[in-house]
Amino acid sequence: MAAKIITITSGKGGVGKTTATANITVALAQLGQRVVCIDSDIGLRNLDVVLGLENRIVYDMVDVIEGRCRIRQAMIKDKRFEGLFLIPAAQTRDKSAVSPSDMIQLCNEIRKETDWILIDSPAGIERGFKNAIAPAEEVLVITNPDVSAVRDADRIIGIIESEEKGPARLIINRINPEMVKRGEMLAAEDVMELLAIELIGIIPEDEKVLISTNIGKPVVTHEKSIAGQAFRNIARRLLGDDIPLIDIELKDGIFHRISRVFNFGGE
Amino acid sequence: MSDWFSKFSRKPKSANEAKERLKLVLIHDRTDISATTLAEMKDELLQVISKHVTIDVSKVKITMMHEGREQRLIADIPIKPFKKR
Repeated sequence: MAAKIITITSGKGGVGKTTATANITVALAQLGQRVVCIDSDIGLRNLDVVLGLENRIVYDMVDVIEGRCRIRQAMIKDKRFEGLFLIPAAQTRDKSAVSPSDMIQLCNEIRKETDWILIDSPAGIERGFKNAIAPAEEVLVITNPDVSAVRDADRIIGIIESEEKGPARLIINRINPEMVKRGEMLAAEDVMELLAIELIGIIPEDEKVLISTNIGKPVVTHEKSIAGQAFRNIARRLLGDDIPLIDIELKDGIFHRISRVFNFGGE
Repeated sequence: MSDWFSKFSRKPKSANEAKERLKLVLIHDRTDISATTLAEMKDELLQVISKHVTIDVSKVKITMMHEGREQRLIADIPIKPFKKR
């Protein structure tokens, strides 16, 4: 077994990197995969709290790199999902505590024991980002349908290509179909045309994402959530399943009706 | 009523404007070639070509194009007809 290593990045902050990493990780675990997710945002860790594992941290990634513990000791086993582990970032250090070769070595040590390694990248194009993509075999770029997020995504896609980590695949997060329909939000097709890379998923705006983050339980665990469904689709596409981008993700018509039904039936 | 009205009104939707603005911004971001550099390149290019053939400088066009993520510099340089002495 040799894990596939995937990094999730965006350029701009706040577009949903950590939420996407947490949800794709849980979705893969729910599909019976062994997954280790790594928070590479040293000094600004959050993957732990989004996954609801913040009270379980004893050792972090920097402790492993600096030899204060064995890698096994820094891997937090999620008791709710079989096969899911988190390696948290250090909170009291900065990006310079880790180098790209440290990241490669860290991943090499665990890749025999797992199916997937998902790395949550920090925002920006500096050291932390370089660390996050160093071990990656594939990079997923996440963006929102707004001018600054799309522009930053384009920059990061260019850097990924020049670092020979491409071609990246795209996740468009927080599409509001009603605004797209009114012509007041870039449609998924527009973003795809501008960025000219392959799409792996579209996540509709869904208040259940925030609600589930509040309680440390990623939205994919919510059967009826449309965002959860979109994350499950991404996980299955990563596994090689051919899941077409259905109306929920691409168009507004059917999605709208379904979302209404879900809101009614929601918990 | 408002739907019907917006369909026929000429006011551009903000999404279209965002897309058009992004198209231009991305071309510049991707190449890092400023207008001044482009003009300088054009002059130098024309000097070299003029050494060998007579060209119609007034009709020369040098533009940036993109196909997918590939940027391309397109030079359209009309050559003046060869005159028999």
